[in-house]
Amino acid sequence: MHSMFNGDFGIILVNIFLLAMLFAAAVAIARMRSLFAIVMLSGIYSLVSAAWYVAVDAVDVAFTEAAVGAGMSTVVLLGAMLLTSRTAKPEKPFSRLGPFLVCLATGAALIYATVDLPALGDATSAANTGVGYTYLQVAWFDTAIPNVVTPVLASYRGFDTLGETTVVFTAGLAVALLLGFGERSLAERIRNEGRSGDERRSKKASAASDEDPS
Amino acid sequence: MTAAALIAILVGMALLLLRAFIGPTLYDRILAVNSFGTKTVLALGLLGFVMERPEFLDIAITYALINFVSTIAILKFFRYRSFQVPLVRRGQGGNADG
Repeated sequence: MHSMFNGDFGIILVNIFLLAMLFAAAVAIARMRSLFAIVMLSGIYSLVSAAWYVAVDAVDVAFTEAAVGAGMSTVVLLGAMLLTSRTAKPEKPFSRLGPFLVCLATGAALIYATVDLPALGDATSAANTGVGYTYLQVAWFDTAIPNVVTPVLASYRGFDTLGETTVVFTAGLAVALLLGFGERSLAERIRNEGRSGDERRSKKASAASDEDPS
Repeated sequence: MTAAALIAILVGMALLLLRAFIGPTLYDRILAVNSFGTKTVLALGLLGFVMERPEFLDIAITYALINFVSTIAILKFFRYRSFQVPLVRRGQGGNADG
């Protein structure tokens, strides 16, 4: 099923190449100071990771990554850049030693935790003994979808997924209705009110300066 | 043949990544990201044929749609930055009308 695990050397090379590009993009994002370049690179990072998820047969995760990472998060980050400055403040090297040590310790703990994980394809692991094994047996005959995760999400738990989608859509719709878009948006109204207030104040000031000499 | 095309596209992706790193102007980076999205679509399509699962072509087409979202967002970003004054002017026009 997974040609990657059948000793297909080329696909492994593609995976390594994609992961190397992910690493390079992550290092560049950490090193750069131009926020626009960082937003662009994070879009590239999401695209590469989505391509990598497809290469390892996790198509549903890849869809989510492409839609959220490459699509929405670029929009959100650009919107945040409209409100803030364009470049990050330069930092002194080694000024963030404490967070670095925390990250290092967390990473070491996670790597230590992988020792306890069952081996890939282990028949006695917890995921393969219970209901998961049943899904592996019947999923193909029920749905004819090669990836087992997809029928579990979209078929066996279809109503659950539909409910989640409804909740997220309703929340997004409520936020959009509250904030609005374009000229009727909250930001635009605040801007207009601030400007009309300024004009009124300046009119008052000019009126006062007109009255003063008379 | 398909594998050779895939390798060529991966090399192109690496070059575009380099351009996004060192790109002196913002427009180099925008072009790099846009072309990178296109290259991802092509690479996914070819990867489906290399892995003998041509269904990946559908996913690649959907990626092309998603790629437009960020491009349009970037274009609107630059429109707002350079059109900061027209935004104010439009508001003033509305005030004059009202």
